[in-house]
Formats: sequence, structure tokens, C-alpha cells
Amino acid sequence: MEAIASIDSSDNQYLTFMLADEEYGVDILTVQELRGWEPTTPIPNTPSYVLGVINLRGVVIPIVDLRNRFGLEHMEYGPTTVVVIVKVQEKGKERILGIVVDAVSEVYDIGKADMQPPPEMDGAISIDFVTGLATMNEKMVILLDINRLVHEGILSKAKEVPTEAEEAKEHV
Amino acid sequence: MSIDLEQFKQIFFEESFEGLETMETGLLSMKDGETDLDIVNDIFRAAHSIKGGSATFGFNAVASFTHVMEGLLDEMREGKRQADPDVINILLESVDEISSLMTAYQNQEEPNVEQAQLLQKKLENIFSAGDDEAGGVNTSTADQGEENRCLGWHVEFAPHDNLLLTGNDPLLMLAELGYLGEMSMQMHDEKLPAFADMDPEVCYLKWIVDVLNATDHDPIEEEQITEIFEWVEDECDLNITGIYPERKSEDRRLGDRRIESEQTDRRQADRREGARRPTDKAATAQPTNIRVDTNRIDALIDMVGELVITQSMLGQLGEDFEISKLGRLREGLEELQRNSREIQEAVMKVRMQPISFAFNRFPRMVHDLSQKLDKKIRLELVGEDTEMDKTVMEKINDPLVHLVRNSLDHGLEGPEERLAAGKDEEGTVCLKAFHQGGSIVVEVSDDGRGLDRDRLFAKGVERGLIKETDVLSDEQVYMLLFAAGFSTAEQLSDISGRGVGLDVVRRNIESLGGNTDVRSTLGEGTVFTIRLPLTLAVLDGQLLKAGGQTYVLPLNAIIESLQVDAASVSTLAGDTKMYLLRDAYIPMISLSMLFGTTLSPSSDSNKTDTLLIIVEWADKCIGLLVDELLGQQQVVIKSLETNYQRVAGLSGATILGDGTVSLILDISGLIEMSAKVHEGIAQQ
Repeated sequence: MEAIASIDSSDNQYLTFMLADEEYGVDILTVQELRGWEPTTPIPNTPSYVLGVINLRGVVIPIVDLRNRFGLEHMEYGPTTVVVIVKVQEKGKERILGIVVDAVSEVYDIGKADMQPPPEMDGAISIDFVTGLATMNEKMVILLDINRLVHEGILSKAKEVPTEAEEAKEHV
Repeated sequence: MSIDLEQFKQIFFEESFEGLETMETGLLSMKDGETDLDIVNDIFRAAHSIKGGSATFGFNAVASFTHVMEGLLDEMREGKRQADPDVINILLESVDEISSLMTAYQNQEEPNVEQAQLLQKKLENIFSAGDDEAGGVNTSTADQGEENRCLGWHVEFAPHDNLLLTGNDPLLMLAELGYLGEMSMQMHDEKLPAFADMDPEVCYLKWIVDVLNATDHDPIEEEQITEIFEWVEDECDLNITGIYPERKSEDRRLGDRRIESEQTDRRQADRREGARRPTDKAATAQPTNIRVDTNRIDALIDMVGELVITQSMLGQLGEDFEISKLGRLREGLEELQRNSREIQEAVMKVRMQPISFAFNRFPRMVHDLSQKLDKKIRLELVGEDTEMDKTVMEKINDPLVHLVRNSLDHGLEGPEERLAAGKDEEGTVCLKAFHQGGSIVVEVSDDGRGLDRDRLFAKGVERGLIKETDVLSDEQVYMLLFAAGFSTAEQLSDISGRGVGLDVVRRNIESLGGNTDVRSTLGEGTVFTIRLPLTLAVLDGQLLKAGGQTYVLPLNAIIESLQVDAASVSTLAGDTKMYLLRDAYIPMISLSMLFGTTLSPSSDSNKTDTLLIIVEWADKCIGLLVDELLGQQQVVIKSLETNYQRVAGLSGATILGDGTVSLILDISGLIEMSAKVHEGIAQQ
């Protein structure tokens, strides 16, 4: 399991997916499966990028819209919309969650040597979540540190949701 | 062989921890100074089993320590020593020490023997001071005492070939050795030739025998052993050496297995039903076992049998189904439903344990702390037989400890203060468990000084938790205790008062879907109440629709549901809606508004918020406005935390018959949320 969590091993396979014409890659060993989009059960008082939960063979898992999280334009979910089910680990605890992406693209072998460090600037997502950049078929692939993205960029953020009171005030 | 030992180790640890509990309970019951022989015997047996077992597994530190302790117990058993508080205290300390040594072995760490040696020395001091005879045998310092005290004898007995010819029977001699003390034996047959070459009149065998002193005060003398072999001195090679604690387990590992098996029988006799509770945080990483009454398992097997019958009946029906058989199909399905429900209940029962497992640690804690705090404290335990889910019990252990410590330290006054207040010198702390509706309630109450509302309020202002202008009910002020970083203790003590704690208690309880509550009367005492769901796995739920979503509401919380009659609705301070139900005003909460699932909650369309469900939680009633009531069904609770995180107002999720996920409402959370909404409105 250690090897799976590690992003430092020299030659890794990455699964890439598309988000608004940008290509992102995640370590393929963190990917559990790919599913089609299905309606979710929304969870009250959560950030808008947490779409809700679904039943994955008896396990309740949250679904996150990555476009929304990255501040990209919303796209209607259709039959080609793919949910990437990833397994992330923190302090020995394993979480499974789904990430909605436009489409799954390729599987690349990317070595440490082919990787460039991420740019030193923060946008909608912190560069902490980016392992590096790689060029594949003359296109840029952004490699994501999915563990950090989920724990620091999604779960901990979700705690900072406006409190129920504030939320309710908006409706009053 | 090594694999075998591993298997037994786990059992040994469990039984030893149980034994330690027995010892602790026994010792505490004697703290008034009366020596109860039955109890002393129980304690002695437990110590003896631990000693034997630990020597077998090579846990020398435990074995040698327990050995000394056993000596002291033996004196008590023989009436040579009374159970005065000093002795009891040192024995209690010893129990703790054994427990920590065992935990170290269990976690496969090298135990820290310094503390053990220190205690051992203390034990030996008591020992030698109280009994002159024994004092002679035991030297005063721990190290020397350990080195010099002979535990028994190691005898290598290798008869010459002609031993049998002289008319001597080795068997008799070995049996003789066995009379001296606890014997274990190894036989060496290397010299044994093939059967065809064997001369029946020649002795080929060699024995290595360990004889341990049966009691400490009646050590076996070397002469006693040489005496046995007196007649065969010339016909054998005899080598007698003393056994000292350092090397005994290496030498005797094999032999002790026999002793161990004898002791297991005895141990099984005192074995109490149920599983041990983890005695240490570190130990919780170990796989935990649960002991179940065989009757419960038998009942379960019967039910599974019935299930199989129903299943085959349904299977047959399905083979050639005609519409005329619909009645039978329905019957079969009903049967199946009944079976699965019964099985589910029975399986739940397997996980149920009396709360005494959690309560048992408190007599000891109160005993220790009352000495430390110099207060006189009586502990009352009520409802120890109340059963609760094992998982829940494990999780409320720490919160309970915290609450009890809190009561002892802050709640109860010292003896002088109590006398001055006209109270009994001795303070009382009561732990009480009982079932109420679908929840289990645990109360920690004391008859101490009670909570000082004004002081709490001032503290709350000082900590910036509330404003001076806030108007709060007594209850709200008391709840400040559970806020993070709130501590009223004037002085920090190592017992409680670090300012972290009660908020952790509250969080722990809430993560189990329960809640906490405080009642107090100044000068008379405080009651902390923990309320928990009975089980964490399955609940009877009412399905309902609100704001287009389906939710599950725990059935046992519902008092009634009714159509909203607009004439009975009145508003309070403009926003809080109250419903007049049979002369009582009940606050109303709109679920869709609370969850923000509808954009215009105030629009009074006919479809939304037409039903009012009156729910009760912790003696509070509120009305939940929902759109529609659906069916009732049992739901399996799935945690949202596993893959996501805790969400306010929800206690989990479940999967409905059609495969979709539905959220389970948490009533205490909803009440809290609605309070916040109203606060928010008030601030606006």
C-alpha cells in the first residue's frame, strides 16, 4: 500500500481525464473504477462542488464535481460524463469518493524525469495539489496529488461551509 | 510449536486481563480492612494463573513479579496477614504494573521493568517486615532477592544402563519428585535404539525434571531431592541445580505447558462471561473478541435453520410459479421477513453487553482519586445490567471517565466544606444507566456544590463565548461547559481542568449520534446525562419527503404526525413558528428550510410543509414540517464519515430498496440547527 500512496516512485502510470479542454492526470493506482454519471442524493449544507452521495455496491460515497471545484464553467451531465472512483488515504484511513470529469482520456507512463515542477502561483486550486506538469503528445498534462486534493482541497474546505444559520439567513 | 504458542498467547492475554480485573475488584471490595478469605482465594488463583502462563510464554518480567506478589497473597490466605490499606494499595499498584507489563508484551515491546523492580522491592519489604520467617528467606533488595530466592530445582536424571537390573524403578522416583511441588518433565530418548536392537532390561532413557516450590514458605530443600535418588546414586548420573527467576522460563518452557493446561481448567472455572475491555489505549489495536452466551448462538442457529427452510420453500415456488400460487408466495415472503428480522435482532443481541463492563473500572478510579484529592467519596452504580452495543460501550468509556473525574474533582467538595454546608462528610457520585425509548441513558451525578451560573456566565464572557448582554437560560449557560477551551477550575490539577475535555466528551458522544445534557442545582449537585442510540447498526425508520428529498426519521422519536391547521400556528417574535397542540406550544421547524433544499420556503404552496411530525428528544418536543410521509421500514445505518465527513443534522445514510441513498435525520442535531437559525434571525 505504501507504494500506492507514494508519488515519488520514478516511473508511474497516470490516468488522464479532461476538464474543459485541460488534461489532468492522477496516479492510476489510486483509481478504483470508472462509472457513468448517475443522480446523487444531495447532502444539505455542503459546498456546491459536493454533489451528494451515491450507493456504490452498498457503500455510501460522496461525489465531487471537479469542474466546480476548479472554478470552471458548469457543464450539463450527460451519458458521456464519467465518474472516476478514487481511493485516497490519510493516516491509514481509506476513503473512497467519486470525481465527476468530462471524459477519461489516456493512460501514460510518466517518469520523474519527464515531469516539470508546478508553476509557483495559486489559482482556484493551490499548487500544493499539483505534483507536476508533463508534456504528452505535445499537450500539457497536469498531474494531481489526489490525496492532498481530497483531504485539503475538498474535505477540509467542506468544513468551512457557511454555518447553517448563515445559510438559512440567505433564505429568510 | 511456535505457531501453537501464538494462538494461545492471545487467549492468555485475554484471560490474564480478566484475571487482573478480578484481582482489582476483589482488592477494592476489601479496602475496608476486612480480609475475606473467598476473595483472597480468588485473587490468589488469578495471580497464580498469570504467573504460570507468563512463565510458559517467556514473559519473565511478569512471572517473577507475580511470584513475589503471590507470596504476599499467600500470607493473607493463610491468615498471617490482614488486609490493611497499605497492603491493599500496594497490591493494587502491583495489579496495574502487571497490566502494563502485559500490555507491553502484547504489543511485542520490551517491557519497562524499572517500575516493576521498584514495586517488587516494596512488596518484599512489606513481606519481610511482616513475617520474620519469610523475612529470612527473602533478602531485602529486589535484585538480590530475585537472584537468591530459589524457586525450585532442576534435576537431570540419567540412569545408567544397569539401573533396572538393580531393581529400581525410575517411575517411582519421578513420582516422588512430583510430590514435592509442581513438577514438569522432559524425557530424552536419543539413546533409544531401534526396536529390534532393544534390550528390555536396559534403561535407555534420560529425564530432565523441574520441581517448583508449591508455596513460597515451604521451599524444597536440596536434601529432599537427593534423598529420593539415594538408592541409585551409583547407578545414574544425577545433576541437581537450583532454579532462579532469571533462567527459569528458558529451561522450563516445554515443561510448563503441562502446568499451564492444569491451570487452564481452573481458569475456565472462574472465567466470567463476556469479553474483556481494552485496558489500555495501546491495546485497542489488537483484534478484539467478544464472548457470547451459547444460548444466544443456539437460538441464532435455529433461526438460520428456519431461514433455510423458508428459502427452499420460496425456491420451489419460483420453479413453476402460477398466479394461483400468489397467496403462498406472499406467505413465504412474510415468513422471510419475520425470519430476517428475528435473525437481525439475535445478531444485535450478540453484540450487546451489560454496561457493568464499562462501570467496573470506576470503583478503582474513585478509590485512587479520593485518596489523591483527600475527599471522602462513595460511588454508587445503578443499572449495571443495562445492555448496550459493544461498539457504543467502547466509545463511551473515555467520556464517562472524564465526566466522573470531573465530578470528583470539581463537583464534590472536601470534607470540611461539606460539613460546613450541612452535608454528610462523605460525597456521593452515582453512575446510572437505563433504557428510555429507543435510547440508552447514562447519568453521572454528584451531590456536590453544583454549578454556579453566575461564575459560568462570567467565564463565558471572559472567554468570548457569549456577550454580557446575552440572555441565556440556565441550561444554555451550563452547556458552556461543553464549549472548547472552557474550564472553570481555579487551579489546574492533573485530574481535570486543562480546559480540554468536556468539549471532547460532547464530540465523542455526538459522533455516536447521541447528546449530552447538564442539570444542576447550586449547593445540591450536578447531573450529567449522556443519551445514546441503542444500536448503531439498524433502526426502524419513517420515510418522509421534504424539499423533494427522501429522508429517514428514527421511528422511536416520533410522537405523532398531523396535518397542519393554519389556525393553530402562531408566531413568536415574528419568525419562530409555534404550533398549538392540545394546550402546548411546540416550536416548528421546516426541514426544507433548514437544509436549504427549497429556494422559497416562505411561499405557502399547498404541496410543501403540509405535515407536522412531532418528535421528542431529551425531553424536548419539536414539530418538523415535511411535505409527505412515505412508508416505514428498517434501515441499515451507513456512516457518512467513512468516506465523507459528519454533516450537521444527519446521523448517517442508508440505502433504500431501489438502491438510492437516503439520509437519516439526527433529531438532536436538527434541534441545535434550528436554535442557531433562530439566533441568526435574532441577530439580524
